[in-house]
Amino acid sequence: MKATTEQEYPHSEQGIVPLLPKTETKPEKREMVDTKDHKYRELDKILDHYRGEKGELIRVLHSAQKIFGYLPPEVQAYVALKMDIPVSEVNGVVTFYTLFVTEPKGKHTISVCMGTACYVKGAREVMDKLKDELKLDARETSADGMFTLRSTRCLGACGMAPVMTVDEEVHGKLNAGDLTGILKIYQEQDAGEEHDQVH
Amino acid sequence: MPEVPEFTPTPEIKEPGNLFEHDEIEMKTVKLTIDGREVIAPEGTSILEAARSVGIEIPSLCYLKGINEIGSCRVCLVEVEIKGTMTLQASCVYPVSEGLTVYTNSPRAIRVRRTMVELLLSDHHRECTTCVRNLNCELQNIADDLGIRNIKYTGEMNDVPIFNDNPFIMRDYNKCIKCRRCEAICSKVQEVNVYSGLGRGFEMKVAPAFMQDLSEVACITCGQCVIACPTGSLVEKECIESVWEALEDKDKYVVVQTAPSIQVTLGESFGYPVGTIVTGKLVAALRRLGFDSVFATDFSADLTIMEEANELLERLDGHGKLPLLSSCSPGWVKFCEHFYPEFIENLSSCKSPHEMFGALTKTYFAEKQGLDPEKIVVVAIMPCTAKKFEAARPEFGTKRFKDVDWVLTTRELARMIRQAGIKFHDLTDEDYDTPLGISSGAGAIFGSTGGVIEAAVRTAYFLTTGKEMDLLDYYEFRGISGLKEMEVKLKEQTIKVAIAHGTGNARRLLDRLRSGEKFHYAEIMACPGGCVGGGGQPIFGTRDHKEISLNYRHNRADALDRIDYSKELRRAHENPAVKKIYEDYLGHPLSDRAKELLHTYYTPRGKLPGFELENLTGEHNKYLH
Ligand code: SF4
Ligand code: SF4
Ligand code: SF4
Ligand code: FES
Ligand code: FES
Repeated sequence: MKATTEQEYPHSEQGIVPLLPKTETKPEKREMVDTKDHKYRELDKILDHYRGEKGELIRVLHSAQKIFGYLPPEVQAYVALKMDIPVSEVNGVVTFYTLFVTEPKGKHTISVCMGTACYVKGAREVMDKLKDELKLDARETSADGMFTLRSTRCLGACGMAPVMTVDEEVHGKLNAGDLTGILKIYQEQDAGEEHDQVH
Repeated sequence: MPEVPEFTPTPEIKEPGNLFEHDEIEMKTVKLTIDGREVIAPEGTSILEAARSVGIEIPSLCYLKGINEIGSCRVCLVEVEIKGTMTLQASCVYPVSEGLTVYTNSPRAIRVRRTMVELLLSDHHRECTTCVRNLNCELQNIADDLGIRNIKYTGEMNDVPIFNDNPFIMRDYNKCIKCRRCEAICSKVQEVNVYSGLGRGFEMKVAPAFMQDLSEVACITCGQCVIACPTGSLVEKECIESVWEALEDKDKYVVVQTAPSIQVTLGESFGYPVGTIVTGKLVAALRRLGFDSVFATDFSADLTIMEEANELLERLDGHGKLPLLSSCSPGWVKFCEHFYPEFIENLSSCKSPHEMFGALTKTYFAEKQGLDPEKIVVVAIMPCTAKKFEAARPEFGTKRFKDVDWVLTTRELARMIRQAGIKFHDLTDEDYDTPLGISSGAGAIFGSTGGVIEAAVRTAYFLTTGKEMDLLDYYEFRGISGLKEMEVKLKEQTIKVAIAHGTGNARRLLDRLRSGEKFHYAEIMACPGGCVGGGGQPIFGTRDHKEISLNYRHNRADALDRIDYSKELRRAHENPAVKKIYEDYLGHPLSDRAKELLHTYYTPRGKLPGFELENLTGEHNKYLH
């Protein structure tokens, strides 16, 4: 059936080019920006830049996502209050475009291919096993913030089916037994990094 | 596989399809052919409206004239000849043009319509026998009209738990057809903006932000979305069972009160024409149901007028804020608390009539009858879901009891009468019990827009001049326009009054107040038309009544006026029962006892409850203003 919402938002998903004000978050200021308070101050600058222009909602949300990493209800509500737009409308826009995420992204993103070839070769089992392993139910991200699990369309690596990627790395010819080991690689890698930072 | 229609882009409709109402405006008409008949229609009208104007019925679901014209459900598809080829078009949004040829009932149009309805039903929890809207559901009717017997599409179904956690409205997402009529009425008419389409495709839900319950968001509980909904997805929270339990309990004395508008709307549920007055049968039915006393909220409306008229005079005297804003519509009160908290002090401190009634029943009436107030159960038959919310507010009652225990909408009362097997048509008229059933015509007109102010002015005029106001002087109070204003002469002073109904119109008025315009008194009702257009009034989902009940409010209001004209007593201060209660019990209007029992206070609630700026950003909100 036709999704009726589609006609109503003028912007196409690809067509959004966020025009950010010059003062945008610089990565080197990272430690400061990390506090909630500073993030809201950054967002205020964006809101000031687009002052009163309701048509700029998508751009504002895009910038907010850059600042916060994702768009939790509080941030959506903040934008709604500041721009004087009903929060239902803001939430409608956020949930309509796949570009927006409402949950924090884990440190690593696992994408399991659900294309036909992979599906036939057991992608479902891989998915289920990962959900189990990471203790995910409806959520996408594990409680420790380490992994976000997604499904994806054919990755063009059908020869290696079933296939998943962790961040940029491709893992093929998977079976459910391999997964614990693969997850471990990333967990250990991160533990090592943290260790390095302490010293 | 059934045919899946292709859609040709629909040209813009320049004017909404309500042109038939404004025939005094000169306009171009076009000639077109519908099912072989020549039809003349104003340019820009939709095919659907043009067809209906000559009695050709095309089914529709998502369409609500002038409110929701989005062409999304596609059950109104018709065949339109464009450049020699037949195309399928959504008739509710396709404008007529000169020479257009339309077929509304070609086999192809019917086939495709059926496909559309089957698709809707394929993701619908089809539980008609236990559904509140059974036999009164637009979806069910269309499915029946089209003779749908099996659904070829099977697959995943949405399965969302029912939202049933508040005292006023229940939501079952599994029966939602995503027509967005609720969203349209909430944002365009009420301007509360609760709903929006969340998500996309199959997963899309028409819901409050973050899928919150209506009790968690800034919803004013008016129930307009309930009367707009074509299905059982949005319904009032029923409390019929609790009322039956009270009636069954030998230990309880159950008092019922009926709001003024019920006597002109209940009949509709039993097939009477819109605007039929059924007061006598209403009272008789309530006695048959077993209520111990049957009283009228019209009585306490008279009392409200006494209190409010005196409050107005007090404020005109410099005690308290002006303009005085009426407070008898709990939807409007909640609207004010959420969106215009700076006017909370302007709200009249008077409780709404049914709450005053409850408070007096459990004190004055209990004392008089020698009843234990804790054994009295007060049931209110009300036109609106917001009254359910109001009755649950902690302000209304004492530690020992609630003023009003249960609120039933007009629809629920009709269901109780049917459950009891009472033949409504055959009932002989009966009269309300005394003394809390005696009322003036002023109490009756409380049920439609302009009525409160007219009633209060009748009394204020008498209180200031000592003379009775000529009742024909202020007939313009009662017009249908959404926002009215006029001047009223009291003794020394001419006061400026305003009347708004529908919270969209209230916004317009309050914005003018915000920008400094001066008024003395304003009546605001949350529902379009006032209580006669309330969210608890009968809904029409049947074949011959496809319009939402909102459109019938004028006939209902006229009926209330007829009740007013027919009464010997037409002014609240003439009501002998009201006089007596002041003599025996309350002393005088605004006395300490009256203040304790009949008045209340209000609380600011925030535009976006739970997301106040200071909570969002912790102690650092100093940067944020
Ligand atoms: S909403 Fe209508 S079609 Fe659906 S179960 Fe209820 S009565 Fe039946
Ligand atoms: S009850 Fe009224 S305010 Fe609440 S969602 Fe429905 S229409 Fe909107
Ligand atoms: S709740 Fe009712 S009015 Fe709202 S979209 Fe669903 S079916 Fe339509
Ligand atoms: S189907 Fe999985 S890579 Fe193609
Ligand atoms: S009624 Fe025309 S598309 Fe729904």
